[in-house]
Amino acid sequence: MGGLAVLLAGTVICATGLGYIHMPASEVLSILLARVSDSFSLGLDPTHQAVIMDVRLPRVLTAALVGGALAMAGAIFQAILLNPLADPYTLGVSSGAAFGAALALIANLTTLGGYSVPMFAFAGALAAVFAVLSLAATDRNYAANSLILAGVIVSAILSAGIGFIKYLADEQVSVIIFWLMGSFAARTWSNVALVLVATVITLLAALYYGRDLNIMSLGLRSSDSLGVDTARTRKVLLVIASLVTAVSVSVSGIIGFIGLIIPHLMRFIIGPDNRKLIPASCLAGACLLLAADTISRAVLPREVPIGVLTALIGGPFFCLIFKQKQLGGR
Amino acid sequence: MTQLFAIKNLTAGYGARDVLHDLSFSLDAGLFYGLIGPNGSGKTTLLDLMLGNLKPKLGAICFNDRLVGQYTRRELAREIALVPQDFRINFDFTVLDVVMMGRHPHIPRFANPTARDREIVDRVLTELEITDLQDRLITHLSGGEKQRVIVARALAQDTPVLVLDEATSNLDIQHSLSIFQVLKKRCRGQGATIIAAIHDLNFAAAYCDAIILLNQGRLLTIGPPREVLSADLLHQVFAIECQAYEEPFSGAHQVAYRY
Repeated sequence: MGGLAVLLAGTVICATGLGYIHMPASEVLSILLARVSDSFSLGLDPTHQAVIMDVRLPRVLTAALVGGALAMAGAIFQAILLNPLADPYTLGVSSGAAFGAALALIANLTTLGGYSVPMFAFAGALAAVFAVLSLAATDRNYAANSLILAGVIVSAILSAGIGFIKYLADEQVSVIIFWLMGSFAARTWSNVALVLVATVITLLAALYYGRDLNIMSLGLRSSDSLGVDTARTRKVLLVIASLVTAVSVSVSGIIGFIGLIIPHLMRFIIGPDNRKLIPASCLAGACLLLAADTISRAVLPREVPIGVLTALIGGPFFCLIFKQKQLGGR
Repeated sequence: MTQLFAIKNLTAGYGARDVLHDLSFSLDAGLFYGLIGPNGSGKTTLLDLMLGNLKPKLGAICFNDRLVGQYTRRELAREIALVPQDFRINFDFTVLDVVMMGRHPHIPRFANPTARDREIVDRVLTELEITDLQDRLITHLSGGEKQRVIVARALAQDTPVLVLDEATSNLDIQHSLSIFQVLKKRCRGQGATIIAAIHDLNFAAAYCDAIILLNQGRLLTIGPPREVLSADLLHQVFAIECQAYEEPFSGAHQVAYRY
């Protein structure tokens, strides 16, 4: 866990140095420290300072936080739904957000200025999640199967809606598609603050309920008989994990794979104990998504949609681990 | 003998459907109870009510003179442990992890298991002869091994009452016998109360002090195996031809079927 934290700090500093204007890690570090104490600010290039503080750092931190948030939400969904195949989008967050964003894009809604699309995406995501939860609520225990089924139903309806909007959108369709594939370009400090708050709340909740989540993997009747209020814990964590996912999606678009693959990888490495798994997933997700965004931004000749890149990097790696585990048999 | 459960005019079910109708009886502490009846007769529902997983629609169920619904989940978890019928787990916890989960109601949030918790877990592992398995992954065990782990988890909960929902119905005979021996020891040696839904009538007859016979959601009778497991009653409930007799080899009341 300490190693992961160091790795993340290193990735953040290196990623901030990389780009059109290349800066060594030591310069990045001095610029950051100059914010804390004036004694570091001697001899620093003011342009570089502006590039780092106003352009790169917000983007770097947003990418890291979204990565951490998605990986953590994925781990929580997998623990609640007792299904290692669940991800943060299982309850329809992504299709709700996509529908909201597509609606705002096609209708050219600008009532809220630059925030229109994210706000609509967020509203769409929340509406979808609450539709799913109320569908599944007939089952008072929020059983995994009811939730997954309700998620599939709502997602299917919304997908049809998105398809219809794309059909109507004509030449604007590329704008919608581009948004759906996700991007961290031109993120601001307010984005950072928003995702930071959501991520910290989720992490605290996950740590608070960590042992209950472990017990819940025994199944509803067993966890209830062990003193866990399973239905309530499920509901609280579903809402929190869905909220953090909705915030992430509204800030960055739909970035797949992180929420599925990172908890898996971490489970291979540190085991299934949610008290360690969830914070570790958060750190590892932040590292991976930041690395992917940095490669897309600074290394590749042309910026590749981040959602595509995460799948391209993560996919083969995942195959490797999966194959190794199968062969190892343990 | 102290009264453990007092059940009065209890009606309960799921949704609009009533499964149990107007049940009234009481259970005493320190006895081995068998719960029998055809599929769908309400055995699991009755166990769910005792565990506080289900609320009565009418009537009342009291545990130690207090309504089950008035206990918090954690309080109840320190009194009553459950061994479920089947058990699936998708995550690679070790056997030791799973058995330690039985200590959950005794360990405060954010605290680690104490030496006493570890001692109890060790003792239970020895009791069920699964010490060798403790570092294996639960997902890689056979059905019989897994079920012994789940019994161990419930025993580690260290409760005065143990509820089993057909806990051995999928097991080979040697595993079923060894689990029932452990339960009997808990009951006789440490004064635990066992309430077990049992499919096998001869197991019920051999191990139980008293048998609760349910049929179509109603209590037919409750009493010692000799009285409850009679050819007449069994014919009435299960529609089978059988004979009840004292079996000399086991020294127990047993049932022979016409095959």
